[in-house]
Amino acid sequence: MGVINFALSVVLLCDIELKLRLGRSDFMAYKVVGKSVRKVDAIAKVTGKAKYTDDFSERDMLVGKILHSPYAHAIIKSIDVSLARALPGVEAVLTYKDLPRINYSTTLPGVIEDVIEKELAEELELKRIKFGTAGHPYSLDPGHRDVEDRHILTKKARFIGDNIAAVVATDELIAEKALKLIKVEYEVLEALTSTDAALREGAPLIHEGRERNILASGGFAIGDVEEAFKESDLVIEGEYETSIVQHCHMENQTSYAYQDTDGRIVIVTSTQIPQIVRRVVAQALGLPWGKVRVIKPFVGGGFGNKQDVCIEPLNAAMTLAVGGRPVKIELTREESMIDTRTRHAFKFKIKTGINHNGKIIGIHISAVSNTGAYASHGHSIAGSAGGKFRYLYPTKALKYDPITVYTNLPVAGAMRGYGCPQIFYAFESHLEDIAKRLNMDPIEIRQKNLVEVGFVDPVSKNKITSCGIRECIAKGKALIKWDEKKVLYKEQSGDKLRGVGMACFSYASGTYPVALELAAARIVLNQDGSLQLQIGATDTGQGSDTVFGQMVAEVLGLPMDMVHVISTQDTDISPFDTGCYASRQTYVSGMAVEKAALEVKAKILTFASSMTDIPVDKLDLLEQKIVYKHSGESVLTLEQVAMQSYYDRVLAKPITSDISNNARINAVPFGVTFAEVEVDIKTGKIVVLEIYNVHDSGTIINPQMAEGQVHGGVSMGIGYALSEQLLFDAVTGKPLNNNLLDYKLPTIMDTPNIGAAFVETYEPTGPFGVKSLGEPPVISPAPAIRNAVLDATGVAFNRLPMNPQRVFEGFKKAGLI
Amino acid sequence: MYDIIGYYDAETVDEATAFLAENPNLKLIAGGTDVLIKMHGGQLEAAELLSLRKIKSLSIIRKAQDGTIVIGAMVTFSQVFNDPILREMIPILTEAAISMGGPQIRNIATIGGNVCNGATSADSASSLFALNAQLKIEHVKGERIVPIREFYLGPGKVALKPGEILTEILISPDDYQGFGGQYIKFAMREAMDIATLAVSVVCKLSGKTFADVRIGLGVAGPTPLRCLEAEEFAKGKDVSLETVAKIGELAVNSAKARTSWRASKEYREHLVEELVQRALKIAVVNAGGGELV
Repeated sequence: MGVINFALSVVLLCDIELKLRLGRSDFMAYKVVGKSVRKVDAIAKVTGKAKYTDDFSERDMLVGKILHSPYAHAIIKSIDVSLARALPGVEAVLTYKDLPRINYSTTLPGVIEDVIEKELAEELELKRIKFGTAGHPYSLDPGHRDVEDRHILTKKARFIGDNIAAVVATDELIAEKALKLIKVEYEVLEALTSTDAALREGAPLIHEGRERNILASGGFAIGDVEEAFKESDLVIEGEYETSIVQHCHMENQTSYAYQDTDGRIVIVTSTQIPQIVRRVVAQALGLPWGKVRVIKPFVGGGFGNKQDVCIEPLNAAMTLAVGGRPVKIELTREESMIDTRTRHAFKFKIKTGINHNGKIIGIHISAVSNTGAYASHGHSIAGSAGGKFRYLYPTKALKYDPITVYTNLPVAGAMRGYGCPQIFYAFESHLEDIAKRLNMDPIEIRQKNLVEVGFVDPVSKNKITSCGIRECIAKGKALIKWDEKKVLYKEQSGDKLRGVGMACFSYASGTYPVALELAAARIVLNQDGSLQLQIGATDTGQGSDTVFGQMVAEVLGLPMDMVHVISTQDTDISPFDTGCYASRQTYVSGMAVEKAALEVKAKILTFASSMTDIPVDKLDLLEQKIVYKHSGESVLTLEQVAMQSYYDRVLAKPITSDISNNARINAVPFGVTFAEVEVDIKTGKIVVLEIYNVHDSGTIINPQMAEGQVHGGVSMGIGYALSEQLLFDAVTGKPLNNNLLDYKLPTIMDTPNIGAAFVETYEPTGPFGVKSLGEPPVISPAPAIRNAVLDATGVAFNRLPMNPQRVFEGFKKAGLI
Repeated sequence: MYDIIGYYDAETVDEATAFLAENPNLKLIAGGTDVLIKMHGGQLEAAELLSLRKIKSLSIIRKAQDGTIVIGAMVTFSQVFNDPILREMIPILTEAAISMGGPQIRNIATIGGNVCNGATSADSASSLFALNAQLKIEHVKGERIVPIREFYLGPGKVALKPGEILTEILISPDDYQGFGGQYIKFAMREAMDIATLAVSVVCKLSGKTFADVRIGLGVAGPTPLRCLEAEEFAKGKDVSLETVAKIGELAVNSAKARTSWRASKEYREHLVEELVQRALKIAVVNAGGGELV
C-alpha cells in the first residue's frame, strides 16, 4: 500500500477517490512516512537509559528550596533571614532584596553587567527587574511582548505559594529547616479568589495600575452581530463554566544551574522551550542573553506547563549567590501543582442567532478568563480560544468579547489546547442545547454550519486548504453506531441510563500570524552514509524526534537506523527553534527538517556528479545508493560518496545542511469526539462506555504514535469532563487538593478503551501534507461527554467537571432523585 | 529526603516491646506508606523509627482451631487479597484490600498499619467493623484484646498506649460463619483513591427473615462506624425490598457526615442510604437468599 491510512482499531478510508476529494494531489509512495516505525527513544526510555534532568549530577551539588507565601494576598512588612543564614550547611538565603534591580525592558541586550546587590535601598525598590515568563517568541515590537509583572522573589505575595525567599544548602533537610527559620511579617490583604471578587468595584488591586484587576480585554468582531440577531428566526442564550485544572506531567519541574569556567550560567532543565528559558533568565537577572546557556535533556511531559519559565531564573540566582557552584531545584508534586501553571478557568455567555433550518446567522461570545496571580501567557489564551474557534462554523457575524482577570490564585498559563477545550466545551454544549430546542439532530445542525475548503478567516487571513471534518463525523458516527444507539436509548428506565453525544473542534498548526514561526534543522552526513539530525524543536515525550527522523529518512532514502536524531537541545549548539507548543513542530519544524534533508540530498547528488561526471539531474538517491533516475541502475553507494566527501584530497567537503525556515503560514486541523455514557442516577457517577476521536490532521506520519497522542489527549479530556479540578478555600485562597490523591486525575482504570481514527487529508502547505495533532485530541471529549449525559438524562451540565457531587445536585434540581 | 535520626529493627515482638519500653520516643513503622507520607508532609520530624518488618510471626494469616481467623499485623494488603482462607471466609476484607492504592502500595502497606493510622478512610476499616474484629495488643508487661469499635478514638487517634504494639487482628467464627457479605468502595476513581464512602455489610438469614445484619461504614464520620440502629431494626424482619429500604434509611442516622470540599453532607447521607441498600441486597444473595427485585 502506498500512501498509508492506518489505525489499529479500525479500517480506514484509503481510496484514491476520497483522497482526491479531500485535496490530495501528490501520490508519491512514501517508504518511511506513514509507517509506525519504532520511537527513536523507545529502548532508551523503557530500559531507563534515557537521562532526565534529575539523572545528571554534579559534584557537590547544592539543593535549593523555596519559601512559599502562606497568604494569598499580603505585603511583606519585614523579613529576617539571620537565623536561617546561621544554620550550618546553609550556603545562601535569598529574598527580594538580593536580586538585581535593573528594569530590562528599558535596556538593550548586552549592556548590563551581572550583579547581585545586597541590601537594596527602599527607593530603588521600584527599579527591581520585572519580567514575563510566557514561552512566546520575543517580539521586536514592544507592544506585542508578554506582560512583565513578576519578580524572581516578591515583596508582595499574590497567591498562596508565591515565592518569598529561597535557601541554598548542602542538603534538602537543612534547606527545609532553614526555610522554617526565616521570619516574615506580613500585612494580609483581602484574598480575591474569584473573578467576580476581583472585578468588584473597590476590590484591592493585585497589580498596580491594573484597573478592576483586568489584565487585558479585547477580542474581535466580524460583521454586525446585532443585525444578525434581528435577521435570525431565534436567538438562544447559554452560560457555561470550566474549572481550573493542572497538567500533572509525570516529571515535576526540575533544574540545576552552575557557572561554567567562563562565568556563564548553565542551566539543565526540564523544559519545552530552551531558547526562551535562556532569554527570560537573562532578562530576569539583567544579563546579556549570551551569558546564559540552557540544556534540555529528556523531558517527562509538559502539556504546556513547561512552555513557561518557572524555576530557572531563581535557580540561576541561586548559583550566582554561591559563587557559581551547582544548585538543584526539584519541585515536589504539591509545589508543582500550585507554583507553576494551571489551565485558565473560563466563564462564557453565548448568544446565538439561528434560523429554523439550523443555519447559524450570528454568534456573540463573552468570556471571563481567570489568569490567577500573574499574567504568564496572559490574554493570549483567551485570544487563542476565539481565534481557533473562528474556523469551524463561519457565520455572517461573530463577536468575541473576552477579558482576562487577575485573582489571588495560582498562575494560569499554557495548557494543551490553549483556550480551546474551554471555548469548544461552551460552544459545543450550547449548540447541542440549540439542536434540542429546534428538535434537530445534533449532527445535522453541525453539518449545516461547517466550514469548507477555501474559507479565508477574515481576522487572521489564514485559509482553509484542506478539510475532512465531514468525513470525520461520518466515520465517528459509524464507529459508535450512532443511529442504532439513538433508537435503543430512546425509551429507558431504571437507575442507569445511557446516551450518546458528539462534539467537533478546529485548531491550528502553530501560531501564525500571531507570532513568529521560526524553526531550524541541521544535518551532518557521516562517513558511513548515516547522519546526525539536530533540531531546535523539542521532544518532550510526544515523539517529534521520531517524526523528524522519518521525514529525513524519507527524503534521503535511508533506513531509520541510519538517522541519528539528537534529542538534547542545547542553546549553545542546537539550531534556533522557539520550542514545543501550539502543536507546531511536525508542521512548522517539519518544514525546516524537510528543507534541510532536501539540501543534503542535492549536495550528495552534486558530489556524486562530480565523482562520476553524470549530470545531477540524471541522478537520484534511493536505498543508500546513487542511481540513474531513468533506470534505477546503481552508480555509487551513498557510503562511497560520503567517504569521498571527507577524504578526497582535492574535493573534500563534508556534506552538511544548517537551515532555518520562517513559516509564514498556518493549517487548520479538525476533528470530532463521539462518546457513549452510562449514568448512575442514584450516585451521580458517569461512566464513559465508548469514546472515539476522529481526526483530520492531514497526513499521519507515524500512525502508532498518532494513536498514542489521541489516547493521551482523550484521557486528559475525560478527566476534564468528569473529575479534575483544583480547589481553593473561597476565603483564604488556600489550595485544598494540590496532590495526586485529592486531585482526581483519572487512572487507567477510569479510562475506557479509546478509539482513535484518522481521516487523512493532504494539507498542501505542510511537509508531506501534515497538519497538527499534538493538542487537538483534548479539545472535544468534554463537550461530547456532556452532550451524551444530556442525551441519557435530559439534564444539561453547563459547568465542569461533571463529578458525582455536582451531578447529584443537578439531578436533585431536575427531580430525578 | 526524610528526616530520620534513628532506625531500629526488631526481630521478635518481645524485642520490639522492649525497645519501646526503653525509648518511648520511637515511632513504629510497618509498611511505611503512612509514616513516610507524614514525614514528607512535615507532620513528623526528627523521627526515630522502630521497624516491625523483620518480625516474621506478624506476617502470618491462619485459622485457629476454634475457627478464629488470625491476621498478623504485618500482613500486607496483597497477602490479604491473595489468601485463600480469607477469600473464602471473609471476602469483604479481601475486596477491601484489593481496592486500596496500587500494586506497589498493596505489596508493602500492612493491615496493622492501616488500622493504627486511625483514618476513617482506612480501606480495611469498614469490613473489620462489620466483622467485629478484635485487636490483640502487646506490651512489655502483657497483652490485651480490644474490640475494633473501641480502638478508633478520633481522626488519626487510636487506643494504643505508650509501649503498645498491635500484633494480631482476630475474627471470631461467630462473626463470619453463616454470613454473606458485600463491600462497596465508592470513590471518585476506580483505583488509587480514597473512599468517598465505604460500606461493608454482612448478614445472616433465618428462613425468610434477617437473623443478623452488621453494617460498617468508612468516611461516614470522623472514625469508621457501625449502623447499630439499622442493625437492631433488621433483626427478625422479612427479607424484602421494604426492609432493605428502611435499613438504608436508618443507617443514615448512625452516620456523622459533614460537608467538606470533598462532598456535601446531603450527598454523603444520600450515598449511605443508597449504597447500604445496594450492598445489603448482594449480601443477602451471598448469604443464600434470593435476589430482591
